[in-house]
Amino acid sequence: MNMELSRRGFLKVAGAGVAGTSLGAMGFGEAEAAVAAHVRPLKLANTTEARNTCPYCSVACGIIIYSKGDIRKKERAEVVHIEGDADHPTNLGTLCPKGAALKDFVSSPTRLQYPMVRKPGSDRFERISWDEALNRIARLMKDDRDANFLAANDAGVPVNRWTTTGFLAASATTNETAWTTFKVVKALGIVGFDNQARV
Amino acid sequence: MSDSPRTAVSNPPTQPMASNLGQQDLVRRSATKDLPPPERQLTPVAKLIDVSKCIGCKACQSACVEWNDTTPAVGENVGVYTNPHDLTENMFTLMRFTEWVNPETDNLEWLIRKDGCMHCADPGCLKACPAPGAIVQYSNGIVDFIHENCIGCGYCVKGCPFNIPRISKADHRAYKCTLCSDRVAVGQGPACAKACPTGAIVFGTKDDMKRHAEGRIADLKSRGYANAGLYDPPGVGGTHVMYVLHHNDKPHIYADLPDEPKISPVVQTWKGLTKYVGLAAMGFMAAGSLIHGVLARPNRVSKEDEENAEKLVEKVVAPPEERV
Amino acid sequence: MTNSWTDIKNTDLVVVMGGNAAEAHPCGFKWVTEAKAHRGAKLIVVDPRYTRTASVADFYAPIRQGTDIAFLLGVIKYCIDNDKVQWEYTKGFTNASFIVKDGYGYSDGLFTGYDESKRDYDRSSWDYVIGEDGFAVTDPTLQHPRCVWNLLKEHVAAYTPEMVERICGTPKEKFLKVAEMISECSSPTKTMTSMYALGWTQHSHGAQNIRAMAMLQLILGNIGVRGGGMNALRGHSNIQGLTDIGLMSHLLTGYLNMPTEAERDFGTYMSSRVFKPLRPGQTSYWQNYRKFMVSLQKAMWGDAARADNDWAYEYLPKLDVPAYDVLRMFELMHSGKVNGYFCQGFNPVLAFPNRGKITQALSKLKFLVTMDPLETETSRFWENHGVYNEVDTVSIQTEVFQLPTTCFAEDEGSLTNSGRWLQWHWPGATPPGEAKPDTYIMAQIFLRMRELYRKEGGAFPDPILNLTWDYSDPNEPHPAELAKEMNGRALTDLRDPADPSRVIVPAGKQVLNFSQLRDDGSTMCGVWIYSGCYNEAGNNMARRDNRDLDNTGTYLDWSFAWPLNRRTLYNRASADLQGKPWDPSRKLLEWDGTRWTGYDVPDIAPNAKPEEVGPFIMNQEGVSRLFTRGMLRDGPFPSHLEPFESPVPNVFNPKMRGNPVARIFQNDVSQFGNSDEFPFAATSYRLTEHFHYWTKHNRVNASLQPEFFVEISEELAALRGITAGGWVRVWSKRGSVKAKAVVTKRIRPLNCDGRVVHVVGIPLHWGFTGSAKKGFGPNSLTPFVGDANIETPEYKAFLVNIEPTTPPEVVA
Repeated sequence: MNMELSRRGFLKVAGAGVAGTSLGAMGFGEAEAAVAAHVRPLKLANTTEARNTCPYCSVACGIIIYSKGDIRKKERAEVVHIEGDADHPTNLGTLCPKGAALKDFVSSPTRLQYPMVRKPGSDRFERISWDEALNRIARLMKDDRDANFLAANDAGVPVNRWTTTGFLAASATTNETAWTTFKVVKALGIVGFDNQARV
Repeated sequence: MSDSPRTAVSNPPTQPMASNLGQQDLVRRSATKDLPPPERQLTPVAKLIDVSKCIGCKACQSACVEWNDTTPAVGENVGVYTNPHDLTENMFTLMRFTEWVNPETDNLEWLIRKDGCMHCADPGCLKACPAPGAIVQYSNGIVDFIHENCIGCGYCVKGCPFNIPRISKADHRAYKCTLCSDRVAVGQGPACAKACPTGAIVFGTKDDMKRHAEGRIADLKSRGYANAGLYDPPGVGGTHVMYVLHHNDKPHIYADLPDEPKISPVVQTWKGLTKYVGLAAMGFMAAGSLIHGVLARPNRVSKEDEENAEKLVEKVVAPPEERV
Repeated sequence: MTNSWTDIKNTDLVVVMGGNAAEAHPCGFKWVTEAKAHRGAKLIVVDPRYTRTASVADFYAPIRQGTDIAFLLGVIKYCIDNDKVQWEYTKGFTNASFIVKDGYGYSDGLFTGYDESKRDYDRSSWDYVIGEDGFAVTDPTLQHPRCVWNLLKEHVAAYTPEMVERICGTPKEKFLKVAEMISECSSPTKTMTSMYALGWTQHSHGAQNIRAMAMLQLILGNIGVRGGGMNALRGHSNIQGLTDIGLMSHLLTGYLNMPTEAERDFGTYMSSRVFKPLRPGQTSYWQNYRKFMVSLQKAMWGDAARADNDWAYEYLPKLDVPAYDVLRMFELMHSGKVNGYFCQGFNPVLAFPNRGKITQALSKLKFLVTMDPLETETSRFWENHGVYNEVDTVSIQTEVFQLPTTCFAEDEGSLTNSGRWLQWHWPGATPPGEAKPDTYIMAQIFLRMRELYRKEGGAFPDPILNLTWDYSDPNEPHPAELAKEMNGRALTDLRDPADPSRVIVPAGKQVLNFSQLRDDGSTMCGVWIYSGCYNEAGNNMARRDNRDLDNTGTYLDWSFAWPLNRRTLYNRASADLQGKPWDPSRKLLEWDGTRWTGYDVPDIAPNAKPEEVGPFIMNQEGVSRLFTRGMLRDGPFPSHLEPFESPVPNVFNPKMRGNPVARIFQNDVSQFGNSDEFPFAATSYRLTEHFHYWTKHNRVNASLQPEFFVEISEELAALRGITAGGWVRVWSKRGSVKAKAVVTKRIRPLNCDGRVVHVVGIPLHWGFTGSAKKGFGPNSLTPFVGDANIETPEYKAFLVNIEPTTPPEVVA
C-alpha cells in the first residue's frame, strides 16, 4: 500500500478528512461525539405479528409477518418485515433466499391492484370494475357452455361434459380455495381441469 | 437477557426494548484518544461460517438486504453465479463461488464462501479511519460503522486486510456488515445466521462457536478432509466472524481469503499521518462547509487531482477477479 | 413424501437423484445436513450437473439425463448379485413370491402385448396367477421360475455396470461406488432415503423412474421406516393439497377418480372399484371407496344426491379419454376447439412446453381469465415485447381479464406440504388496491352463473343449481367453513351398528375422521383423506405444539397430517413380521401383543395381528408391488427408455423412439429433432435464487440472479468458441433463445456408448415481466410430449444446438 501515500492520495483523503474536522468545528468535542455512537433502533418495535407459511416450495416453512397496523383489529396493515419462525419444527426459523425476501414479493411493483380487461385486438389493459368483469366472464362462460356442452355421446350415454372451456388451478392457493374451485369447476362439467401437479 | 445473545435461533421481539449496546460498551473508537474504559465487559460473540455445510443459496444475502433495508441493483450475468459481482454499499455479504479441482483426488470441489466483514479483534479499518467515531468497536467484538461520523475517505477500505468496506456513490459514506448490531443489541443473532437453511452460519459466544467448530472439524476429518480447520486469523487478533474450512491449510483457494491477514504496517502509521496532514490540508479548504455538502461533493480539488485520486482508491477497492 | 421433512434426520444415507434438494428445497435440505452432522449420514448425488446439492455431497456421480432407470436397475442387480437384500422384508412385505401368468415376457426393449398402431400394450398377460380360491398364487420359497422375484432377476440381468456406463455415461467405478454405498442399507439397522423431484417426473417415462427407486427401496427394506421412504419433493407450497383435493382432469377428491363414459351408472362405476383382497385376511382399504364417494356426492349436492338417483352420479362429467390434461387442452386449443380458459395462479406461457404452440393456442381463445397476485406473461401474451414476445397484437382477438388476487400475506387457510402436513396460516396485511381472495372470485363466478341458469335455463343446469352453497356469506365463504366441509359431518344421527341405541355422532356434528363415513347418505365429506383436519376438537391444522417425544421427528401435535395425522406412511413396515422394530433405536411402532403402539399413528388397524395382516393396506395384495401388473401403461417393471429426443439410440431397440406408448399428437411429430441437427443434450431446472416465474418480480431475488443464462462445459465452450459471460443462441426444432453463457467445470461431457455427449443446462426463471432482466425460458425449446401414464411434459431431456451470438435487441 506504500504507493498510495502519494500527494494526490492525500488530497483524496484530505477532502474526506474535512468531515472529521468539521465535526469538531461544529461543536462536537471528541467526548461528546461518542454519544453519536449508537446502533440502529430495532425496526420491529410496536409491530404486529402474524403466523404464516411460506408460499413458495413444499417445505412450507413457518414465517412471521411483522406489520404496522393490526388486521385483526380491522386496521390497515402493511408488512414491514418477514422472518422465519423459530418455533416451527421444519425450518426452525431459517429461510431460503426466496423466503427471506418475501416482503418484497408482497410489495412487488408488479403486484396487481385492479381488475383489467384487454379487448380483442387491443394493445392495452383497461380498468374495469369487479362487477363488470365478473358479469362479463359469467356471460361468456354461460354462452360457451350452452353452445358446446355435451350432454350425451354418440351412443346416447349421458356424459355431461364441457370441453370448450378449461381451468388451471393454482397450486399455491389454500386447500380451502382449492375445495371451492373444485366444487365450482366440477359442477360446471369442465373436464379440462388441471393444476401444476401435471407439469 | 444475558449480556450477549447465545444463538440466532429465536424470534425477535416486537415490544420496544432498551438497546444493550451503547457507547458505554465501546472499547475502540476511530481517531479518538482517551476513550474511557468500558463500564463492563460484554461476552464476546462470533459468527461461525461452516463453508463445508454451505450450499451457496444466498439466503444470507437476501436476509441481509431485507433486514438492513438496502437496495442492491439488478445487474447482469457475467458468466458466474456470484451476484452482484462484488460487495457493494447495498450488499454487505456475498457468496463467492470457486470451482476448484482438488489435485490430490482430481475431484471437483465447489467452494462457496460467504464474504463480508470479519469483525477483527484488531480492526484495520478502525485504525485507518481518520474520522472520530466513524468506526467503533464494542466489547463484544462487533466493529460497527457510525455513518453520521463517516467522511467517505475510503481509508477503512485500505486499512481492511479483507477488502470489505465499500463507499456509497450516493452519500459517500462507508458501508459494511454490522453483525446486525441492532439485533444483537436486543438479544438476537444476525439476520443471515437466522436465515441460513443448513445451519452453515451459526452465531453465539465466541467460546461456544469455537467449541462448535471443533465438532465440525472432527466430522470433516472423519470424511477425509485431513486439513479441515478453523479460520480465526491471529494476524488481526482473531476475528468475530470465523470460518470452518475443509482445506484450512490453503485459505486462498476460497476466493482469495488471505492466508495470513494482517494490518498493513503503513496503516499502523497512517493514522498519525492522516491526523496531522489531513487536518492541516482541510483547515483552509473546507472549514465551515456543511458536513453533508462536503460529503456529497467529496472534494474541492482540481478535476485532475480528483480523477487520479479516484483511480487510486478504485484500484484498491476494485473487486477481485471472479473465479469460476 | 412417505415420510416428513423432519424425519430425514433419522437417515444413514441420502440419495438425491432426479432432484436438487439443496437448491430447490433449502430449508428441507437442512435435515440432510442434520443427519450428516449428527448421525454421520452420507449424501450421494447422481445428476448430469454437479449441483449445489453435489457441493456438499460425500459422493457425486454424473449421469446422462433420462437414463435413471438403467442406473437404478443396475443397482438392483448389484444388490441381488451381492446378496444385499433385506430378505425378511422382501419376502414378507413385497409381492416377490407372487406367481405371474404365462404369456408375460420382455424382449427387444418391449413387453409382451405391444401394438405399434395403437401405441399401446395389451396388458392382460401382466398379471398374477389367480387360484381357485380367488386369491393370487404365491411361492414363499421364491423357487418358482414365474414368481415376481425370479422375473425381476431376469429383467435386471442386462443392467451390468458396463451396460450402465454405456447407457448413462457414468464411469463404471463411480457407479459401483454408489451401488456399494446403497447396498449397505439392506441391513435392517441402516436406512436410506430417496429425495427426488421433477428431475424424475419430467420425462416421458417419469412414473417408471420413480418406480425403479421404489423397488430398490423395497428390497432394501427402507419403506415405512424412520429415515427411509420415497420422498417426492413437491414443487409448490400446495401442489400436494391440490392433488389431494383432486383439482385434476382425471381425479376427484382423495384419489377417488373421475368416471368414464363407459361407466354409465353408479353401479357400473363402483363395479371396477370394489378392491377385493388378493390374499386372505388383507385390509385392502379401498374397499371403503363407496363410503368416500357417496360422502363426496353429499358434500357437493346435499339433498339432491340421493340413493334413488344414484347419488347424483349423473352430475359428474364423464371422460372419453384418460384425461383432458394440459397438453391435450392446448392441443385442442391450438386446433381451435377451446373458447375459454382460466389461469388461476398459473403461467402457461412460461410453464408449458413448446411456447410457440402455447402462444398460438392462446391466440385462438375467445376469452382468457387470469387470477394472480402478479403480472404474468400469460395475462400479457398478446403484448409485443420484441424478441421476448414476438406477437402480432392486433390480430389476437382474445378478450383477456386480469383479476388481481390476494397473496399468502393477506389470506387465511391451510396449505399441505410435501410431508402431508396441513398447516393453517393467518393474514398479516391488507390486500393492495382491489385485490380479492380466490374464494371470492370463485364464489362470484358460481353465483352469477347460477343466477343466469335460474333466469335463463340452459344446458343441464341441475349440477349448478343444486351445488351446496350454504355459507354464512355466500359471496365469500370463510376458510373455516370450507375446511369443515372438507372434514365432513353427520347429516343424521350416526348410530353404533353394534348397539343402535348409541349415537356416535349426532346429526350436524363434525365426524371425528373418515372412519365414521358411511355410504347410505348419512354423512357428507368433501375430501375423505383430510377428514380429521377440522372436527369437533377444533381446527387441528392450526395446532402449534412443537414438542417431539424422544426426538423422533414426528411432531404429532404440530398441525395435522393426512391421513389420520399419520406422519410416516406404511409405518407398520418399520417392524418385522412379528411386530418388533427392525431397528430398536429407530422404533416407530411395536406390536405389544394386543395392539400397535409407538410414536406414530399406526398405518394399519390398531389391533391387526402382525403375522396376519400385511402392512400395505391400500393394496389388494396387502404387500407392496415389485411387479405392478397392468397398472402402468408402459410396463409391469421399469425398463430403459430413451427420451423422445436423445443423443443416442436405445441400446435395446435402436428403432424405438422415446417411450413406445407415450401419447404423441400428429401435429407434433414433425417437431421432434434428431441428434444430427441438434447434437447436444439439454435439460431444464430451477436455481435456488428464484422460485419459478414469481421472484423475478422481486427486486431482491432479481439482484441475486439477474439474467437468463445457460450452463455448458469448458469442453463444449471450446468446441463452439463460446466465452464465459458471452452471448449464445440455443435452438431446438421448436424455438430459439439467446442467453448469457456460464462456462463451468460442473458440467462435463459424458461418454455414452462411444459417443461424447455434451450437456446444456437451461434454468427457467426469466420472462418479460418483473424486475429481473428480460429473458427466455427453456419452454421455448422443449418438446410437446408427456409421460406415458400422467402426461407430465418431458422438460428434462431434449436436444438443442448452440453457437456464439450477438446480444438480443434492446426492448423498451
